[in-house]
Amino acid sequence: MYQYDSYDQAMVDARVEEFRDQARRRLDGKLTEDQFKPLRLMNGLYLQLHAYMLRVAIPYGTLSGGQMEALADIAEKYDRGYGHFTTRQNIQYNWIKLEDAADILADLSRHEMHAIQTSGNCIRNISADHFAGAAADEVVDPRPYAELLRQWSSFHPEFTYLPRKFKIAVIASEKDRAAMRLHDIGIRIVSRDGEVGAEVYAGGGMGRTPMIAPLIRDFVPIDQLITYAEAALRVYNRYGRRDNKYKARIKILVHELGAAEYTRQVEEEFAHMLAVGVEPPREELARIAAYFAPPAFVDGPKTLDRSDPDFALWVDRNTHRHKHDAYVSAVISLKPAGGIPGDATAEQMRVVAKLARDYSFDELRVMHTQNLLLPHVRIADLHAVWSALDAAGMGAPNMDTIEDIIACPGLDYCSLANARSIPLAQRISESFAAKGRTEVVGELKLKISGCINACGHHHAGHIGILGVDKKGKENFQLSLGGSEAEDVSLAKITGPGFDEDGVVAAVETVTDVYLGARQDGERFLDTYRRIGMEPFKEALYGG
Amino acid sequence: MKILTGNDLRSGAVTWWNGNGWSLFVDDAVDVGDEAEEILAREVATRRVNVPYVIEATIDAAGHVRPAHIKDRVRALGPTVRRDLAVPTADKTGWDWVI
Repeated sequence: MYQYDSYDQAMVDARVEEFRDQARRRLDGKLTEDQFKPLRLMNGLYLQLHAYMLRVAIPYGTLSGGQMEALADIAEKYDRGYGHFTTRQNIQYNWIKLEDAADILADLSRHEMHAIQTSGNCIRNISADHFAGAAADEVVDPRPYAELLRQWSSFHPEFTYLPRKFKIAVIASEKDRAAMRLHDIGIRIVSRDGEVGAEVYAGGGMGRTPMIAPLIRDFVPIDQLITYAEAALRVYNRYGRRDNKYKARIKILVHELGAAEYTRQVEEEFAHMLAVGVEPPREELARIAAYFAPPAFVDGPKTLDRSDPDFALWVDRNTHRHKHDAYVSAVISLKPAGGIPGDATAEQMRVVAKLARDYSFDELRVMHTQNLLLPHVRIADLHAVWSALDAAGMGAPNMDTIEDIIACPGLDYCSLANARSIPLAQRISESFAAKGRTEVVGELKLKISGCINACGHHHAGHIGILGVDKKGKENFQLSLGGSEAEDVSLAKITGPGFDEDGVVAAVETVTDVYLGARQDGERFLDTYRRIGMEPFKEALYGG
Repeated sequence: MKILTGNDLRSGAVTWWNGNGWSLFVDDAVDVGDEAEEILAREVATRRVNVPYVIEATIDAAGHVRPAHIKDRVRALGPTVRRDLAVPTADKTGWDWVI
């Protein structure tokens, strides 16, 4: 794992003290809320429905056990004993007091974490494949490149006030497990004739105008990646619309210019930037990469005792093939049936931290699906890991099933939301679990957003649900056919919306249509793509 | 009736104007009638409350205050999915009308 050097630590510590002074002046009445708001947002401190909310950055979702314990301590000491893991691989605390905020940031800094650039019109936390460094199918570990991008984008003076927020994802496999093409910039690390480089996609995103990022460069030599990213950002920063918040994301610029013209301008800027020489020296990448050297894997059993059916189901559902055949990556479900997606108590965080120490080289990941991950677990240790997770309420065998729902905080917490997301997730997961339909349905990614900002990724759901306000009442639009994976697509709305009971029933209805039409081996998404929307609409709305 | 609400500067907690100050309990909210803007200006100047605003509400026969908009009803009670963290209220029927 990357460890702060003296520059990193000094920068974060200085920011903590700067914010401490800003918060003190606000509490003393020397700053108005209008003056203070942009300052607190730069440090991840929002004001939500019930309290301040602090969003902590977890770069590319990687944590040590000690960092997870620090997050647990913060949940207990300053919040109400729990935290919420997000689709940006971050954690949010919902009940923060302004007078505690600087102390929390100081605690985070002691554990090499911060909340910088988790808000505002800047480059946000860099996300990555949660299986990075472990997946059997990756070309290389993408995290050194994500860390290089993190360092480049942190406090980058030119990109502190972009037209709008900016999100970057990095992967290094054909499989896309990071919604890469639904980012402002998506980067896939590839190998061509033995040389490592990057495919670069630009102009994707969700929100009110969802778009899939087109490929703008099929190979950027890896020692020019930062220069290319800088060029792509420069063109956006120069021409991105600042007159209309709803048209300010890069996806609008790329769409309006056309991918070819945007690319031409980026290439022109890239040529100029190459001459200027902004690329970090290769030694810096080598220095960073050394922190991500593979752990000392050891050989061991490659098979396990599957006589316990509950354990066997969990292994089948929640483990992922590792590059070392005596290991797997184990998904820790934060989606108990009827639970709140992404929430973990301080006690659960400590259980996870201990498991990381004991069984996964002290490494953890936060998944964009709002689950956690032990990246390197010996097959021989799997039963012990599962037993501990199950005892702590985190052993649900439901990865990528209809119980593994992504849901934003919605109107239960978020000041932007129009409708509640969490209760829908609770009712749907509980219903499918109770009826024993989860395994019958198989892979089905259901994603729920409580407003058009799409933090719950509803555009990319095999089934998506969007909550809207209809004359003061919650109303829910159902959509089908989205995917955030390598077969990326945007979901289409089925028709008129439903009330809460209606949309829960509608999800049952569309899964019934799927089960009735499914051919051998088809996922829900495959069946939808084969038969189209009409049979689903027919079942939902009649002739 | 028109009532005032905001968030406490220090804690961020939802607060309601009770005629003399800011209360954590929606039932303490008072009708400010035509004085909303004047009170808001004064309270913003004191910098004790964040972004206060005026909302429509009703009051029932038992004296319980119910904000008109769903968002403010959720603010009044707390997350519907964590009732263990809810604001204590004298209105035992609160969860019946919040949504």
